[in-house]
Amino acid sequence: MKIVYTDVLVIGGGLAGLRTAVGVRKRGLDTLILSLVPAKRSHSVAAQGGMQASLANSFMGAGDSEDIHFEDTVRGSDWGADQQVVRMFVNTAPKAIRELAAWGVPWSRVARGSRESVVNAKKITITESDEAHGLITARDFGGTKKWRTCYTSDGTGHTMLYALGDQTIAHGIPVLERQEALALIHENGHCHGAVVRDLITGELTAYVATATVIATGGYGRIYKVSTNAIICEGTGVALALETGVATLGNMEAVQFHPTAIVTAGILTTEGCRGDGGVLRDVDGHRFMPDYEPEKKELASRDVVSRRMTEHMRKGKGVPSRYGDHLWLDITGLGRAHIEKNLREVKDICEYFLGIDPVKEWIPVRPTQHYSMGGIRTDHTGQSPTLKGLFSCGESACWDMHGFNRLGGNSVAETVVSGMIVSEFIADFCQTEGLHSRIDTGLVREFMQREQARLDTLIHGDGTESATELRERMEQVMMDRVGIFRTGEELGKAVTELQELLVRSRNIGLRSRVAGANPELVSAYRVQKMLKIALCVAQGALLRTESRGAHFREDHPQRNDRDWLKRTLATWNSEADTLPTIDYEDIAVHTMELPPGFRGYGARNHVDHPDTEARVAEVERILSEIPEADRFARQAALMEYESLLPEKLRGRNERLTERLP
Amino acid sequence: MTGQGEGAARRLTIDILRYNPQDPESRPHMETFELDEAPSMTLFVALNDIRDRQDPSLQFDFVCRAGICGSCAMLIDGRPGLACRTLTSSLGERITLAPLPFFELIGDLSVNTGKWMRAMSERLEAWVHSDADVDLTRLEARMEPELAEQIYELERCIECGCCLAACGTARMREDFVGAVGLNKIARLRLDPRDQREDADYYELIGDDDGVFGCMSLLGCQDVCPKELGLQTQIAYMRRKMLRAALFPG
Repeated sequence: MKIVYTDVLVIGGGLAGLRTAVGVRKRGLDTLILSLVPAKRSHSVAAQGGMQASLANSFMGAGDSEDIHFEDTVRGSDWGADQQVVRMFVNTAPKAIRELAAWGVPWSRVARGSRESVVNAKKITITESDEAHGLITARDFGGTKKWRTCYTSDGTGHTMLYALGDQTIAHGIPVLERQEALALIHENGHCHGAVVRDLITGELTAYVATATVIATGGYGRIYKVSTNAIICEGTGVALALETGVATLGNMEAVQFHPTAIVTAGILTTEGCRGDGGVLRDVDGHRFMPDYEPEKKELASRDVVSRRMTEHMRKGKGVPSRYGDHLWLDITGLGRAHIEKNLREVKDICEYFLGIDPVKEWIPVRPTQHYSMGGIRTDHTGQSPTLKGLFSCGESACWDMHGFNRLGGNSVAETVVSGMIVSEFIADFCQTEGLHSRIDTGLVREFMQREQARLDTLIHGDGTESATELRERMEQVMMDRVGIFRTGEELGKAVTELQELLVRSRNIGLRSRVAGANPELVSAYRVQKMLKIALCVAQGALLRTESRGAHFREDHPQRNDRDWLKRTLATWNSEADTLPTIDYEDIAVHTMELPPGFRGYGARNHVDHPDTEARVAEVERILSEIPEADRFARQAALMEYESLLPEKLRGRNERLTERLP
Repeated sequence: MTGQGEGAARRLTIDILRYNPQDPESRPHMETFELDEAPSMTLFVALNDIRDRQDPSLQFDFVCRAGICGSCAMLIDGRPGLACRTLTSSLGERITLAPLPFFELIGDLSVNTGKWMRAMSERLEAWVHSDADVDLTRLEARMEPELAEQIYELERCIECGCCLAACGTARMREDFVGAVGLNKIARLRLDPRDQREDADYYELIGDDDGVFGCMSLLGCQDVCPKELGLQTQIAYMRRKMLRAALFPG
């Protein structure tokens, strides 16, 4: 039995995992990263558009602050977010971007003087100040009051991932590529590492660690069409679920991005609309202002995706052999802008559609894009129920996005959560004592169990096809657990997914080799993916309201009275065919920003009984300190700074808010 | 819409170089698969279709399937390229696929570019070297907007390995750092945040495994999926390294 010991085992080599590993390494801990693919090929690389941080350097970002970023994020979440976590996030985002700048990310910079830009389909002139020249600039994204999305031309995720990948190498942190964790090793509510399979040799190794971090991204690939990389299958999140101890939060909160190309499902960035692109229907009509006169194409992603689908249902879609779609028109932006700031979009159009977006419209429709749900953790990134298990980035639900995430907030979350959570992990390791005393008998038990599962798949007499089960699951999720949901459709989805899960226990393989075996990989992954799909579908079925990206046609109101709560899913027994669903309340009486009207469509929600009192209390508190500055006003409403690791506290300097 | 619907109804014949080094019984051989071409079919779609419906043991690597992660470089009709963004309609009815040469073979079309890239990065110390103690609460250091853009232009490399697969020097010198390594050093040299000087870079690439090994055959630039100006960068670095060697200090 091969056992490797380390202090901190990081599963996942994307931005969140890399930043966590660098953080604990800087605190003097031994760490290693397991990754399905070379780290620089992780899905983080696909974040074309940008990273939100309220630097307020550019003219269109003037006056921005943590306060406005906080408000945008909480509204965007439809009040599902943990507001203290959002505060921790918005205060750390400027620090994260400045750290990345020091590590070599070539952020696009403010250039003094005037330039033409397109806002609301009209050309305007923007004049940048001398004093901002050379600082990090920002572009417009949906659901934000200010231009806050910092970027590197068209390759933000790429440059961030390469800078962090390089830092990982500089710190001598091993990234063990083509390694897949199959199960967490745990006992009595403590996680001790993972059983890991080498995807080249098929060999199993136990990695025993004081702290284990899951940073494996989202679960978009349970859907047939997703913008996600093909490795985003949710199997990392499933590791936590399969312990039966750790919980998953808000799994039904799944975001659909408005503009993925038809049919490949490849994303064209929100920067297209942020930079002035518009959406058009079959008649060439720009329809978003009809629905959302104020925010138009730059309403929150869930809103735009729903409006697009609604419009297509009215017969205004463009018919094609792949179903209806709409047009994304960026022709107004001009060749120079597209070739510099949206080059990735141009490449995608050229290679996958054979069109030139400078002259032609892009066929798009809403497509699965982001998983707000994930492994439930507290603000330190640790599972409240499984000690020693941490998670951060898209795989986690700590929970800063609630039921809808703003564009530019996820790539920011990866590095911010890595910075924050790595400090708490280091603290945890110091308190716990390194190399926690773990019985090799326990390790052997978990190794044998996983080996037996693999042997059953390879040598057993199962008859089901993993490919067939998977294709059916993907179709069910597309058809019945999509943008518009109903109890009837969701009920059918749950029933069929349960049948598929039962059948997945009887998968047989055609290629029975133990080493590199793509069919075997597909088999054990689909077993995990079906459990994740069931958490999504069951959570959606039970949540009889509409909130953020979760929209129930049969329950179209947001209902704070009954549903201002976070969904928690556990998988209690291997024999179960459904997750056990529980809820935790989101407290209104401590909110800095009490629930209110989100600002889209008509005001239509059921208030929580505590909301009125909290709104009055907030007004009273603020009226008592009329002279106080924004920091004091914030602190009076909701304390959060003490929750941050000490080294990440402190105000962020801006041109208009200089530090002494 | 152009690009979609064209070339449907062809029957494609795909010859794939198969070999699994993990299996002592396995010998390198060509294997032929046939499938119906679909509209907008890429090699990503075609290879997955073959694996799902014909041979579940076929090995290949895709991650982003959007031409941005660099996982899927292979020889497509003998030329290095990204399989995921290659439309079958751009190829003939008979297509030949082989793994990228130069890199360690994992199996079939899968090669270990990640391992090589990591080793190259370690050898060239390919990260921003800075001892500046940055106060993260303060305004970031300024940078000229044009300089940031120039750095980004060089940073666009996706480490796919095509340049090495097309490189004459790499065939003769297995330790050659390739256009990918030289471009990375050029990128770091341009960056004021990297405090190293030409004499430091010379220690890393001032030999035949580095910038003086390049024979200027231009294969790297011809096949680079990101159309990086590799030859210009290599020529420029060669001049700078020569200067560093001839006029130290």
